[in-house]
Amino acid sequence: MPDTKANIIARLQKDILPLQGYKSLTAGREVDPGWGRIGDAFPNGIFPLGAVHEFLCPGPEEGAAAGGFIAGLLGALMQSRGAAVWISSSRTLFPPALKGFGIEPDRIVFVDLQKERDVIWAMEEALKCGALAAVVGELQEISFTACRRLQLAVEQSGVTGFILRRNSRNTNISAFVSRWKITALPGETEEGLPGIGFPRWKVELLKVRNGRPGTWEIEWTAGKFRHISNLTAILPGRQKKTG
Amino acid sequence: MQKRFVAICFRHLTTDWFTRRRPALRHLPFILSAPVHGRMLVTAANALAQAEGIAPGMPVADARAILPGLEVLDDQAGLSARLLKNFARWFIRYTPIATMDPPDGILLDSTGCAHLWGGDKAYITVIIKRLGAFGYDAGAAMADTIGAAWAMARFAGEPSVIESGKHLQALLALPPEALRIETGMAEQLQKLGLRRTGDLMGIHRPALRRRFGQQLLQRLDQALGREEELIVPVQQAATYRERLPCLEPIVTATGIEIALQRLLETLCGRLQQEQKGLRSALFTCYRVDGKTVETGIGTNRPSHRTAHLFKLFEPKLSAIEPALGVELFELEAPVVEGLSPLQEKLWEGSGGMEDNRLAELMDRLTCRLGAHTIHRYMPCEHHWPERSFRLATSLCEKPLGPWRTDRPRPLRLLSKPELIEVAAPVPDYPPMLFRYKGRLHQINKADGPERIEREWWLEEGEYRDYYQVEDVEGQRYWVFRAGDYAEKKSIQWFLCGFFA
Repeated sequence: MPDTKANIIARLQKDILPLQGYKSLTAGREVDPGWGRIGDAFPNGIFPLGAVHEFLCPGPEEGAAAGGFIAGLLGALMQSRGAAVWISSSRTLFPPALKGFGIEPDRIVFVDLQKERDVIWAMEEALKCGALAAVVGELQEISFTACRRLQLAVEQSGVTGFILRRNSRNTNISAFVSRWKITALPGETEEGLPGIGFPRWKVELLKVRNGRPGTWEIEWTAGKFRHISNLTAILPGRQKKTG
Repeated sequence: MQKRFVAICFRHLTTDWFTRRRPALRHLPFILSAPVHGRMLVTAANALAQAEGIAPGMPVADARAILPGLEVLDDQAGLSARLLKNFARWFIRYTPIATMDPPDGILLDSTGCAHLWGGDKAYITVIIKRLGAFGYDAGAAMADTIGAAWAMARFAGEPSVIESGKHLQALLALPPEALRIETGMAEQLQKLGLRRTGDLMGIHRPALRRRFGQQLLQRLDQALGREEELIVPVQQAATYRERLPCLEPIVTATGIEIALQRLLETLCGRLQQEQKGLRSALFTCYRVDGKTVETGIGTNRPSHRTAHLFKLFEPKLSAIEPALGVELFELEAPVVEGLSPLQEKLWEGSGGMEDNRLAELMDRLTCRLGAHTIHRYMPCEHHWPERSFRLATSLCEKPLGPWRTDRPRPLRLLSKPELIEVAAPVPDYPPMLFRYKGRLHQINKADGPERIEREWWLEEGEYRDYYQVEDVEGQRYWVFRAGDYAEKKSIQWFLCGFFA
């Protein structure tokens, strides 16, 4: 490899990553639920495991969309074995629906708490436990110090954390590795067929440390994410009736 | 090993307790009184009052006639029993087997305990000294049999130790009351001129039985050790219990931590040898002031890992108030289960539900947040969505059947369906638009209905027709209509979930 300026910079960037908390644990543990072009956005082209990812969901609809996206990721992470913990203070998640995302719902332990403070404490404890594939927490507000604590906990254990932030007021501060926003998109069905089609989402990667943020449109089909290449315009008012 | 018993007799149990609470009474003659058959009787008198000739059982008026300035206090019902019970518990620091001996005594089985205090004499002296420091006037004696110890504690005058095998000689000179027999029988014996126990021993046994019944012979045999007598301890000896007495009272948090660490190490070592693990543990601190403080933990899976168990106890230690100091620590494992060491190695690091690290995480969460916060679900054979899963009973439970995926189910289900306003064509078409929380949703695509009948053997009510609907923005909802369209009946629609 010629020692051009660009190469040196790329190499240095790779050297910096471990110093910032990205351990080489991710090597050999790559998880691909069908990233496709999204993969280019991540540092080194690998989805950062052993880090905490933040999802913004202002309303219940976004909460459901983000939940679906995370469930797809979790399914790939757990790969039919392994366990995960779902911590929340107001959980509406319906366990049997997880099966549709490739997760055995009995492999998830739900922790339902009253106070946000307890949620953060339980998250930290769970993130320290190396036996878990992932930890999902539903939170409203979180302080910068708490963010840092969670990040430090995962750097030790290599567990991946997901934080769903419901209608949070203060979204500026964050020590998390990435910030996402998932919104629903109208589904597509085969011409002439009834139904509502597969779940479709607009995935906005608002921020990612050492990566390139971007926006993609994907669909959850046959247990994988699939990019929608030519998104056809949805004609409003074209209601289909079934019965 | 030769059994050794200690009998302790409180000469003024209740009055000493009153004096302890009101030190001003120390130099006053006073009595306790209670109404019996409509008149006030003396139930207890302190040493000063007894020296004046006042005895329990005498009417209060007579006692007042003897000593006009006599202080009369109301007795409390059940006081002596309560005090004795507390004392029997308190004596755990001298022997694991202690019991009450109503109305005024305590019995200890001190077999194999006395050498820890430097011999029998020192053991008795320490006990009497401690009781004296509390303000209780007590007599004590140690002997091979309960009967002999009981007699010597009451009739010897000063704390005495009867050497092993010498109890017969010690008993010979005592009056017959020393045999723990009824007052009436003792008086009868005195009248007959049998003023010492020695006199009884020379009499032909059938003659004694004919005259006084079996009880006298039994008491005699018990005192002489011919018949074995058992005592039932107030605290049952637990199989997995470790004790740590301290030379100096412990007052610091570090001290308590060290004590717990040591106890855990001993207990876990024992459990490991026996291939067992504890499911719950109780840590008890006996304080100098006679109170006890205890705290407990539970685990999801049997464990004998000292580090893990210590971590569970750690947040609870700060709640322990040592006050003037803790002189005895005790760790007990009431629930113990078998633990196979082979499997533990096998599952280590597998990252599944069987992983020990997961069980330990659950223990930490349970200890701080309570067991009710942790849920795990199993599939359940019901069509009704809210009943299609049930709580798992343990972390290791395996699902009996598969999770169903044949029908679409929303990722988020509201705990209670919310009423929505809907415009829908009759009879069974999906809604065209609906209003939820003040916002109007224009429906673009829909699927349904999926009719789910009530499980009539469980509850009454109308069936539900569920529709999946998608609004123009692409947000997907699960809505249902309760029941059928019928005349003069308003139809209600509900939103019950959100699809991903």
